Parts: sequence; C-alpha cells; structure tokens
Amino acid sequence: MKRGISQRLGFFSLFLCMLVTLFFLGAIIYFITARGVSAISWEFLTQVPKKAMTAGGVAPAILGTFYLTLGAVVFSLPLGVACAIYLCEYSPKNYVVNLIRISINNLAGVPSVVFGLFGLAVFVKFLDFGVSILSGCLTLGIMILPNIISASQEALLAVPQSYREASFALGATRWETIKRVVLPSSLSGILTGVILSIGRVAGETAPILFTAATFYMRGYPNSIFSEVMALPYHIYALMTEGTHPQQQRHIAYGCAMVLLILVLMVSTLAIIIRQKQRSKYG
Amino acid sequence: MADKIRMKLENVNFFYADTQALYEINLDIYQNKVTAIIGPSGCGKSTLIKLLNRMNELIPNARCEGNIYLDGHDIYDPKVDVVDVRRRIGMVFQKPNPFPKSIFDNVAYGLYINGVKDRHYINYKVEKSLKDATLWKEVSDRLHSSALQLSGGQQQRLCIARTLAVEPEVVLMDEPASALDPTSTAKIEELIQELKEKYTIVIVTHNMQQAARISDYTLFLMLGKMIEYDVTNKIFTNPSKKITEDYITGRFG
Repeated sequence: MKRGISQRLGFFSLFLCMLVTLFFLGAIIYFITARGVSAISWEFLTQVPKKAMTAGGVAPAILGTFYLTLGAVVFSLPLGVACAIYLCEYSPKNYVVNLIRISINNLAGVPSVVFGLFGLAVFVKFLDFGVSILSGCLTLGIMILPNIISASQEALLAVPQSYREASFALGATRWETIKRVVLPSSLSGILTGVILSIGRVAGETAPILFTAATFYMRGYPNSIFSEVMALPYHIYALMTEGTHPQQQRHIAYGCAMVLLILVLMVSTLAIIIRQKQRSKYG
Repeated sequence: MADKIRMKLENVNFFYADTQALYEINLDIYQNKVTAIIGPSGCGKSTLIKLLNRMNELIPNARCEGNIYLDGHDIYDPKVDVVDVRRRIGMVFQKPNPFPKSIFDNVAYGLYINGVKDRHYINYKVEKSLKDATLWKEVSDRLHSSALQLSGGQQQRLCIARTLAVEPEVVLMDEPASALDPTSTAKIEELIQELKEKYTIVIVTHNMQQAARISDYTLFLMLGKMIEYDVTNKIFTNPSKKITEDYITGRFG
C-alpha cells in the first residue's frame, strides 16, 4: 500500500516537472507569436528597412544571418569532422589525446562573448579582415567547432567495431575503411550535430557583435568583406539603440519570430534527414 | 599425412599486455582441408585464429612472438604488407557483420577496394560468390536491397560470399554458426564441406559435434596450450591424451 502511494507520488512529481518545462516552451512561443505576428508580412520578409527602421522589412538581416550561418558551417564542418576522425580512428589512445579531448570539451563551455572578443582581436584587427562577413563566419565557425567535433565523435563511436573488422579482414586500409564504411554509417549522426549547431549559430549575437554585425546598412552586402545585418543583432539593436521604441518594438518581435521559425525549420530538416538515413538501410 | 602444408606456425607465443594468452604453438595447416580448433571458453581459440591474418594487430598493447608462414613466407615479416595478408587470408566472424549497404555492394566491397573497375567482372564475381555461398537463389531478385534485412543465417552466408569474392587462399572462420539456429547452422556446415574443394579452411568452434562432422584435422587447445593436434577421426575416437578424452566426452568444459 505504502509502496503504491510513493510510486504515484514519484510519477506525479515527474509529470509536474514535465508540465513546467512544457509551460515555458509554450509560453515563449505564444509570447513571441502574439507580439510578432502583426509585423510579419510579405513586405517584412522581402524589403529593406525604411524610415529610420520604423517601417519596411528586414530582408537584409535575414540574408545576413543566412550568409553568416552558411559561412560558419562551410568553415567548421570539414575541420571538425576531420578532427573527430583523427581523434576516433587514428590517434593513439594515450594521455595527450585525452588532454586534447578534454580541451575541446572545455572549448564548448567558453562564453560566446569571449569568442567575439577573440574574433575582434584576431580576424578583425590582426588579420585585418575588418568588421566583415568573413570575420563573423570564422568567429562563429570556431565557436561551433567543439559541438561539431563532439557530435561527429559520438557518431563515429556509434559505428559498430564489427564493420571496421569486416573491412580490414577484406584487405582494406584504414583510410578505405573510414571512407567507405565508417563515414557513410555515421553520416546521419554527423549531419544531425551540424544542423543543431546551425540553430545555435543563427541565434548567436555576442560573437558577431564586434566582428560582423551592423545595425543598419543601405541595401545588401556585396562581398565577404562587407559588414552585414543579422537577425539576432537586429533584435538587440532595436531594443537598446532604437530611436523610435514604440514603432520598433513590434519589428523586434517580428524578427524574433522569423528567427524562431528559421531555427525550427532547420531542426525539422535535421529530423527528416536522420529518419531518411535510418530508413535507407534498416 | 601426405597432405600439402599451406600455413605453418612455429613457436608462437602471444601476449595481451602482461598476460600470456598462447604458449609455444606449433601447427601445420593443410591445403584443401578443414582444420578445427576446439577447447573450453577462454582457452585462446579466437586469439589463435586472429593471429593467422594479423587481426590481432588491431588490439592495443598485444604482442606476438614466433613465426607464421603462408606458403613458406613469414606473414609477420616487416616487408610484408598487412593489407595483402588479409586479402589472401579471409575471415568470417562469429556474429554476422554485413555492412549497412546493399547485398550487391557488400559482396563487391572487396573488389572495389582492390581497385576493380570492370562492371562486367564485378557483376560476374558477385553472382559467382553468392552462388558459392549458396545464397544466390534466395537473393538474386533483390540484390540492391539492404543486407540488414536478411535473416541471421543469410547474413552469415553473405559474409562468406563477401570473403570469397576477393579470392582468398585461406578462409578463417571464428565460430561462424554459434549465433545461428540449427537449420542455418546445417547450411553453413554443408557450405564448408563444399568450400574446402577450393579453399583451405580453419574454423574455431565450441561445438564438438560440429568439429567432428566437418573437420579433417582438430586442434585441442587448453589455457593457451596445445594439448593435442591430429586427424579429427583420431582425436574423437582414440585420443592419445586422457585430458582430450575427458573434454570430448563432456567430463568438463
């Protein structure tokens, strides 16, 4: 009898925790949508800002976020996957490699504003790329490197050892085994990691604060050395530096909603890709 | 014993880090014969068979002493390419381990990595290997579907076909039927009988009836030491050591 009660109590408290989590998730979505939906229109998505940011659209910011995200992934994906392959498949299992692994995990815990400062010092100043798409992409790329490395490592470790053995036993070299068996089997895991990182990159403000973003620019960026508008920074700027807070607030919420939808779309894509990969052979 | 020696082990000792797993193994493996390795769990059967195609080198901190020859050439010679050794000495594992690829690509894998480009030859070789592994009839209409959809027994025959496709000289089998049901096991045993016409086969098994049924020579191993090695018939009817007889009659093990 007593055990029955404690069991019910346990389930109930777990259920309650789940409800609280769900409540916050729902509240965020409701809040953003309620305040932002009135700003969304075709014009909002396709036009440049007008009348000192009180009217027009945010198309340059959407495009800027797209550029920055794409650039960051193009830079960090090959680097991260290569690094993970080295750590999982080639490196000897000793303390140096363990140290590298721990360092990479620590890198994931560095606050994003620190990456921003690093980007300012190295890419903007030292390498003289200026405040530009290039500096922003590199900074964001470095920031998500640890995520991509750990996601790839996990995906590689999940490949059964028996696949590798089978390949070696047929006279394959280590590289052939990686290229033909290990990578194809871990692709969906790596892609999932990458796409989740995309969600993070798209929403980050601090790393692009000093390296890429600008509040307002006429028209669209014309090279990788241009400054760029970006959604998260645009929200921040509208809320803190706006000159017409009354008209600008709903634009900020509109941006937040666009960003939320973009990230949601990317996550959905991740799930679809993973399902496709799983059902292909299974 | 007029049979031709294909592989020869001389004074082989093997260590996992500080633990010695095999002691002074001297063994002749005969061409077109089935050599069975039997013994209680943990006696070093799987360790020994892995030495024969250098799969042990994937284990960190392991060390092998002594010489292992294939046709008189030491396969552990530093000048010998391990990739070449493993192509000439194929291996089938305890648990069926097809790649998560199509049936066709599984069998063709060894050809691809050996640089074969000729589509006709690859098609021919895949069909031939599947026929040799007695799987062709069951899969010929779905070569391009996933290998993982096959049953366990079919998967194991697919793994055998995959091994045969690269035309090895010796085929090693590490308890190939232990994860299979009796019907599949019977098929694999039948297959082994057919394969020895063309190949030299070494098989590890914990099933003594199986060793008696399919092998020509039997090695009895205990605690890493060779207890007895002889013609299978003799080992099972008139073993020269008491301990072999005890094991075979099921008094321990």
